[in-house]
Amino acid sequence: MVARYVMSVDQGTTSTRCILFDHGGRLVSVTQREHRQRYPKPGWVEHDATEIWRNLEHMAPEALSRAGVDASQVVALGIANQRETTVLWDRHTGNPVGRAVVWQDTRTDELVEEFAGQPGAELVLERSGLPLATYFSAPRLRWLLDHTPGLYERAERGDVLFGTMESWLVWNLTGGVDGGVHVTDVTNASRTLLMNIETLRWDKDLLEFFGIPAAMLPEIRSNAELYGTATKAVPGVRISAALGDQQAALFGQTCFAQGEAKCTYGTGSFLLLNTGTVPVRSSHGLLTTVGYRIGDEPAVYALEGSIAVTGSLVQWFRDSLGLITTAPEIETLARTVEDNGGCYIVPAFSGLFAPHWRADARGIIVGLTSYITKGHLARAVLEATGWQTREVVDAMNADSGLELSTLKVDGGMTADNLLMQFIADVLPAPVVRPMVAETVSLGAAYAAGLAVGYWPDLEGLRRNWHRAAQWLPSMDAERRESEYANWKRAVERTFGWVRPNHTA
Amino acid sequence: MPGSVQSIERAAAILRLLARGSGRLGVGEISTSLGLAKGTTHGILKTLQDVGFVEQDKASGKYQLGATLLHLGTSYLDVNELRSRAINWADALASRSGEAVRIGTPLDGKVLVVHHVFRPDDSLQTLDTGTLLPVHATALGKVLLAYDSGVAAELAGATLEQYTRRTLVTPAALRKAVAEVRETGWAGEAEEFAAGQASIAAPIRGYGGYVVGAISIAGSVDRLYPSAGRVDQSLVTFVQNASRAISRDLGAGRW
Repeated sequence: MVARYVMSVDQGTTSTRCILFDHGGRLVSVTQREHRQRYPKPGWVEHDATEIWRNLEHMAPEALSRAGVDASQVVALGIANQRETTVLWDRHTGNPVGRAVVWQDTRTDELVEEFAGQPGAELVLERSGLPLATYFSAPRLRWLLDHTPGLYERAERGDVLFGTMESWLVWNLTGGVDGGVHVTDVTNASRTLLMNIETLRWDKDLLEFFGIPAAMLPEIRSNAELYGTATKAVPGVRISAALGDQQAALFGQTCFAQGEAKCTYGTGSFLLLNTGTVPVRSSHGLLTTVGYRIGDEPAVYALEGSIAVTGSLVQWFRDSLGLITTAPEIETLARTVEDNGGCYIVPAFSGLFAPHWRADARGIIVGLTSYITKGHLARAVLEATGWQTREVVDAMNADSGLELSTLKVDGGMTADNLLMQFIADVLPAPVVRPMVAETVSLGAAYAAGLAVGYWPDLEGLRRNWHRAAQWLPSMDAERRESEYANWKRAVERTFGWVRPNHTA
Repeated sequence: MPGSVQSIERAAAILRLLARGSGRLGVGEISTSLGLAKGTTHGILKTLQDVGFVEQDKASGKYQLGATLLHLGTSYLDVNELRSRAINWADALASRSGEAVRIGTPLDGKVLVVHHVFRPDDSLQTLDTGTLLPVHATALGKVLLAYDSGVAAELAGATLEQYTRRTLVTPAALRKAVAEVRETGWAGEAEEFAAGQASIAAPIRGYGGYVVGAISIAGSVDRLYPSAGRVDQSLVTFVQNASRAISRDLGAGRW
């Protein structure tokens, strides 16, 4: 019998990865390409959507050939993607309209403030489950419509299409200008501020509030169903899943039951808690979001704690400060010292996300003395991720009334033992890494495979989950509390740095 | 103090010349530039070519710096970097073999465990990343002994501690085992470190094929060596496939 596989595409913030999984959920081959990060002005972050599509066009066939697999052996393709990043393109030429505006981009901060002062602003949280913030797509989309002459009219006529990355890739995979399918999924749509979290449809009032023409929006579909068949990159392969990367990780970690949570450590870090089939409203700075929806089944919701800067702080340490040459070396450097030496870094590069949601915050390094070495700074970089996790877990516990007993983790930073131990220490709770650290990709593969019957049900997927590593708390309580108090004092000092009508 | 070795001085001069030039140089050009006899120059170039420090273009017959030399300074691989690059393949190996996986690098005549993946049965296990294992009694160690001359040198003259009655404690026995590793490309050990336990390992190669570490599976001797003490060949294949996948990702090329 010929072996069959599922292909997963993880279109992330810094790179795109293509992974082939077998029936046991095991990795068979991986290809990866980074794309350029463009910072044209302070606070602006852009990607070239064409570059990302070309990367996928090259990598998907390469992933097959590395494993010696033919496209006919691939039963389905699933996509997980960086969320909220906004792409506009011309339906007739297939060319993007300008660059994609990335989720970290804060060019809309004044626009968001304007919106917040308008009548009907309270609708946003009520209908979409999300606060008005630069993080989400709608203000970005409106900004592009406002700043590109003639664009609004083209959008109204349906000549220009909007999408997040999964829409862009599905459209291109299914033929682009030759019959490309224009769809999004409930998880990505739930991050636009334009979808009603209860009905899972575009909300007329929200579209009106933000001034977005409905003609440019993709159709909202579930996470696991047949969207179309690829005619490019991997011709003939069925495309049957798309999820925002964090929801994909929740799915890949098999957090199918209410109360199960995971945290993915990547460029940013995102803790998602499955809250079942009812959207739960947070009173502690967490987001209400769609977890996943399989075909016609009821949607499963999640509470999300979003941390903007974790892995990207390590990248900054590597690329902008040049203190290490590769990201994993941060651990080597941090281990040259015993502790942080009294130094704390709060990476509020584009404000602070959960649980603070302070757009006016900017990053700081505090506690500098002549004693501090680059080793202490490396510690402070890693500890920033640990403390930010603690803040989000505290909010999660307060909202759910439960105590998180174990934290399931995944993502690239889980290779950092010092960091994983630190997180276990500061929570304090056991931290567990599953056998497949690539849960974002795995989640997209699972959803795609489920849709075509490659895997029968959620229980079958759950049996594939195994513990690969576990870190247990070992820090003494007194030290933990005093360190946490220091961290909180450091966070307070970031607030209010950006003043209204002054650019950062 | 011994005087300087003339041929090494000349070799260094040739390398400097090649490094400075914009393109490739012929034997004649090199001889003229350095004031050396053509025969001498040719002999030195031949030796440099053998060790990979220079390469000869087949079409023109001219010489240029070799890839080995260009990557001389980068053969060192940070252990945290190694873990990060190997983590996916180590997971897949644990999943396929059903055994615990470890990655080891040499440290002061021991094996430093830089990565550990639990046996995928969800039983209680403790991470032993950061611990040291003996070189002569583990499959990881035997691989490092076979491919890393530094490890072999550090072990020379050391007492080989006896952990079980099967531990190889004589230099001759160990030499024989290591020769076998070089021949087959993998190392095994059945109850040489702990009763009832066994391990299988293969080398991880970095840029240019230089061995930077080893990856192993370890578990019950009944599973790894099931029939009359003979190794389960399919497990060996899993380990070798994982080691090759990691090596390829690290840029080892033809391995």
